[in-house]
Amino acid sequence: MYEFDIKSPSKLGKAVRMLRKHEDAQVLGGGQTLIPTLKQRLAAPSVLVSLAKIDKLKGISSDSGTVTVGAGTCHADVAADDTISALSALAGGIGDPAVRNRGTIGGSLANNDPSACYPAAALGLGATIVTSARDIAADDYFQGLFETALDETEIITSVTFPIPDAAAYVKFDQPASRFALVGVFVSRKGSDVRVAVTGASEDGVFRWAGAEEALSANFAPEALDGLTPSGDMIGDIHGSPEYRAHLVGVMAKRAVAAC
Amino acid sequence: MADGGIGAPNKRREDIRFLTGKGNYTDDMNKRGQAYVAFARSQVAHGTLKGVDTSAAQEMPGVVRVFTGADFAEVGGIPCGWQITDKHGEVMQEPAHPVLAQGKVRHVGDAFAAVVAETAEQARDAAEAIEADIDELPAVVDMKAALADGAPKVHDDLTSNLCYDWGFVEENKGAVEEAFKNAAHVTTLDLVNNRLVANPMEPRVAIGDYDSSSGDSTLFTTSQNPHVIRLLMGAFVLGIPEHKLRVVAPDVGGGFGSKIFHYAEEAFCTFAAKAIDRPVKWTSSRSEAFITDAHGRDHVTTIQLALDKDNNFTALRTDTHANMGAYLSTFAPSVPTWLHGTLMAGNYKTPLIYVNVKAVFTNTVPVDAYRGAGRPEATYQLERVISKAALELGVDPIALRRQNFITEFPYATPVAVEYDTGDYVATMDKLEEIADLAGFEKRAAASKAKGKLRGLGVNCYIEACGIAPSNLVGQLGARAGLYESATVRVNATGGLVVMTGSHSHGQGHETAFPQVIAEMIGIDPSMVEIVHGDTANTPMGMGTYGSRSLAVGGSAMFKATEKIIAKAKKIAAHLMEAAEGDVELANGEFSVAGTDKSVAWGDVTLAAYVPHNYPLEDIEPGLEETAFYDPANFTYPSGAYACEVEVDPDTGKVTIEAFAAADDFGNIVNPMIVDGQVHGGIGQGIGQALLEGAVYDEDGQLLNGSFMDYAMPRADDLPFYTVDHSCQTPCTHNPLGVKGCGEAGAIGSPPAVVNAVVDALRRGGSDITHIDMPLTPSRVWAAMQK
Repeated sequence: MYEFDIKSPSKLGKAVRMLRKHEDAQVLGGGQTLIPTLKQRLAAPSVLVSLAKIDKLKGISSDSGTVTVGAGTCHADVAADDTISALSALAGGIGDPAVRNRGTIGGSLANNDPSACYPAAALGLGATIVTSARDIAADDYFQGLFETALDETEIITSVTFPIPDAAAYVKFDQPASRFALVGVFVSRKGSDVRVAVTGASEDGVFRWAGAEEALSANFAPEALDGLTPSGDMIGDIHGSPEYRAHLVGVMAKRAVAAC
Repeated sequence: MADGGIGAPNKRREDIRFLTGKGNYTDDMNKRGQAYVAFARSQVAHGTLKGVDTSAAQEMPGVVRVFTGADFAEVGGIPCGWQITDKHGEVMQEPAHPVLAQGKVRHVGDAFAAVVAETAEQARDAAEAIEADIDELPAVVDMKAALADGAPKVHDDLTSNLCYDWGFVEENKGAVEEAFKNAAHVTTLDLVNNRLVANPMEPRVAIGDYDSSSGDSTLFTTSQNPHVIRLLMGAFVLGIPEHKLRVVAPDVGGGFGSKIFHYAEEAFCTFAAKAIDRPVKWTSSRSEAFITDAHGRDHVTTIQLALDKDNNFTALRTDTHANMGAYLSTFAPSVPTWLHGTLMAGNYKTPLIYVNVKAVFTNTVPVDAYRGAGRPEATYQLERVISKAALELGVDPIALRRQNFITEFPYATPVAVEYDTGDYVATMDKLEEIADLAGFEKRAAASKAKGKLRGLGVNCYIEACGIAPSNLVGQLGARAGLYESATVRVNATGGLVVMTGSHSHGQGHETAFPQVIAEMIGIDPSMVEIVHGDTANTPMGMGTYGSRSLAVGGSAMFKATEKIIAKAKKIAAHLMEAAEGDVELANGEFSVAGTDKSVAWGDVTLAAYVPHNYPLEDIEPGLEETAFYDPANFTYPSGAYACEVEVDPDTGKVTIEAFAAADDFGNIVNPMIVDGQVHGGIGQGIGQALLEGAVYDEDGQLLNGSFMDYAMPRADDLPFYTVDHSCQTPCTHNPLGVKGCGEAGAIGSPPAVVNAVVDALRRGGSDITHIDMPLTPSRVWAAMQK
C-alpha cells in the first residue's frame, strides 16, 4: 500500500466537496475491491473518502411498486430482505460472508466490474441509480468495462428497483474467483421482459435483446432454443468466447425456468 | 495396546495451539533491531541484465542498504542436491543459480536486487525505485519448442536447454521394442500432467540473524528440513560451518514439498544480516509466492502399453518432457527420474518397461517436488493408459487390472525396485465393497433421470516412500543421505523428550510419535514431548517429505527407545537384585518373571539421575540415547481408489459425488491422523484434476498468479470421503511395519477423477478417450462438442 489520507465524513455533501477538493481522491465504499487493489499497489490515491459514516446511505425501504436500497447497504442486508427474492438471492451469492458483510451495492455499481452480479440486477430490473447529483436509468448507466455514467465527483446514494412480477438470477461461477463467468438476470413485469447478462461480454453488462424479444412472445425456456447473443464475448483461461456465449443461453433458460 | 498407544485415534495435541492462535510461525517472530527486505524482481521472463541503477533507492526514506548481484559475486550459488547421469553416460547440465541475478534474468520473479529498510513498506517503496536496464529476449516456455534447433537458450553457457536425456532401464530398451512389435494390441496415450502451485496456507518467511560477538548466524525459516538448509546454505552458498550456523523452522503452516528446497531468499537474509549486523526479515506476499515458490508436476508424456492376445501386459514405454523451469531447484532432477521411472510398474507384473525423460530448462519458475513428486506423474499416466486400453479392448477396467496384478511378494520390478509386501487383490476387493460399486448402475440411472451424466473411475496406485536407503540414493546421484535421527531423553521423574530430525508442518507428529514410545514402555503418551525444527537442539536429520517421517524418523525413535529400555532394564535388575535377562517391562513397570518383584518406570528413571543405589561400575548414570536409522528399502503403500462424478451436459461442470479410498499403509499408529492425511491428499488430487494449473503465456507471463484466477479446491468442491485402511500388509524391513500415508491421496486420486469424467461423457454418447487436466467446465464442454 502507498500512503494515503483517509477522510470519513458523516454528511454526503461534505463527501462530495472532498472529492472536488482533492483531484485524485477516491471513494471508499465497503472496500472489497479497492482495498485489495491498494494492497497490491495497483492504485495510489492521495485521499480516500470513506462513506462508511454516512448513515443516510444505509438501509432498505419499499413501497407498493419499488424497493430502494441505500448505496451503503451491504450485500448481507440485501440478502436478508426478500421483497424481490431474485435480488436477495443474488446478493446472498456474492463472494463469501466477509465480502457480503462489508461490500456495498453502491460500491459494486460504481466499480462496474464486468463479472460482478449487481450490474445484472440493476439492468435486469430496470433500476434507477440515484446519485448526489441526479437520477440515472440503468439503461444509461453502464457504459463498458469499469465504465459508468458517473462523473468524478458523483456519489451513488441509492438504487431503486421496480418490483417485478417474476424474476430470477442464475450465475455460473468462475472456478477461482467465483465471480460470474456468466450471470443472467431475467425479469418480467407485465409484458415487459428484461434479460441482463454479466460476465460474458467485452462490453460489460448488457441487455440481450434477442432473448427479450423471444421471451416477450413466449415466456418459456424453450423460447430461447437456438439463440445466442451477438457481440464480442470474453475469452480467457476460464472459457472461450464460444463457451461464454453458450453459457449465456443455458443460464438464461435456467433463469426463465426459475421465474 | 497401551492406553492411547499404537492404534489409538488420539486427537492432535498441537491443534490446541494452532486453532487458538497460539502457534509460533516464523512471521510471528520479530528480532530486536530487525530490518525488512523487499526484492526487486524481473517482470519479464528472459532478458539481458545490462545494469541496475540503485541510486534513487539508496536515497529513499528508511533505506539501510541496497544489494545487487554484484554483492554476491564472491558467494556460491544455490546448489542442486541431485545429479542425474543420462542415457549417454553424461552428467546433467547444471547451470549456476546466483542468489541475486547476474547478467541475465530468467523468469518473471527472478530477483536482481534487494532493499533492506527500516520498515517493510519503505523497503517496498525503495525496491520499486530500482531501475533495471534489461534488454528483453525471446522467452522459451513450451518444452518441445525449447529443445528445437535455434531456440533461445535460458543459460548461455549450456549447450542447449536440455538438462538431461534419461533412459531407464537403458539395457531393456531393445527388448521393450521387440515386445511392442509382437504385441496383439498397443494403446497409446498423450497427456499433460499439469503444472501446480503448492500454495501452502503460510507463505515463505526468512529471518537472518547475526551475533557479531560470537560470529554465529541464525536463520529462522519456513522449512520442512532445517538441517538440510543448514548444510546446503552453510557449505555451498555462504561458507559457514555448521557449528556457527543454526537453522530454526518453528511452526510451519504446510509445505507439500515446496518448503523442502533451499531458496535464495534464505541465503540473502542470512548474508545481509551479517553485512549490516542487524536481523533481516523477509515475508513473502501471496503474489510473490506464485512466482518464487517452486512449482510442481509439469510433465508432457506419451505412454504406450503393449498387451498380448489374452490382455496380459507385455511391455510399457513412456516418453516424458519434464519442465525444470529456469534453474535447478534442490531436488528437481530426481523427481522425473528416480521418483518417477522406478514406479512405472505400478501394481502390475508388466515384464518390460522403458522410460525416457528429457528434462528441459524454460523461462518459468523452477519446478520441484510437490506432494507425491514423480509418483503421481507415474501413476496418472499408467492408470490412464490402462483405462484407455480397457476401452479399446472392450473389457472391464477393473478386471483388466486384476488380471495383471502382482500377487507374489517380494516382487522385483523391471524398474529396479523390490516391493516387500502388498495385497492388491485385497485392496480392490475392499474398494468394491466400500464404494458399493455393485450399486453404481442404479445411481447412474438416477443421475440420468435428473439430466446429469454419472461416471465411475477406478484405479490403483503404488508409491515408493519412506525415503530412502542412503547407499542406494547415493548411487543414483543424491548428494545427501536419507537416514533419520532421534534422541530420546528420559527425565528423572520419568517423562520423556524426543528430539527428532523429522519436521512437522501439519502431519501431527507431536501426537503420533509419542504413541509409539508410549506403546513400547507402557506409559501414557502425555508423558512424551516431541522437539523438532531447530538444528541447535535436534540431531542431524533429513526432515519431512516423501511420506518418510514415521517409517524412517519413527524407526530412529524406535531404535533409540530400544536402547533406553535396554539400559533401564539393567538399572531395574540392579534395583530388584535380579538377573538382567529375567527383567520384563510391561505397562510402565519392570518385573522379574515368576516373582512378585517389581519396580516402577519412574523409580528406575529416578535412579538413573540420583544414582545412589546404582551399578556405577558397570553403567553410566543418566538415561538418554540417540539412534540414526537408515532404511534398507523404500516402503510401498498401495491402494485402490474409486471416484463417481456427475457432469452437467449443458455446462460441462463436473461435481464429485463420491470418492472411496482403500489403502494399505501397513501398520497404523493413529488412524484419525491417517484419515486426515488421506482426506487432504485426495483434496489436492481433486484440485489438480478439476481446478488447478499454472498457465504461462508465450512471453512467460504467469496468467493466473493469484487466487482470483488460480483455483484452489474449497470445501464445497469436495465430497465426503469413504476411506478405509484395514488392508494391512506390514512393511517387512522397518521395526514399526509402517509404510507412510502422506502422499497417497494426492497420488491415487487424479486418475480416478479423469477416468470417471471420461466414463461419464462416454455414457452420454461421446467417443472421447481422454481430456487433459484440469477438467474445467470449459474444457469438458469443449470436449463434448467434438
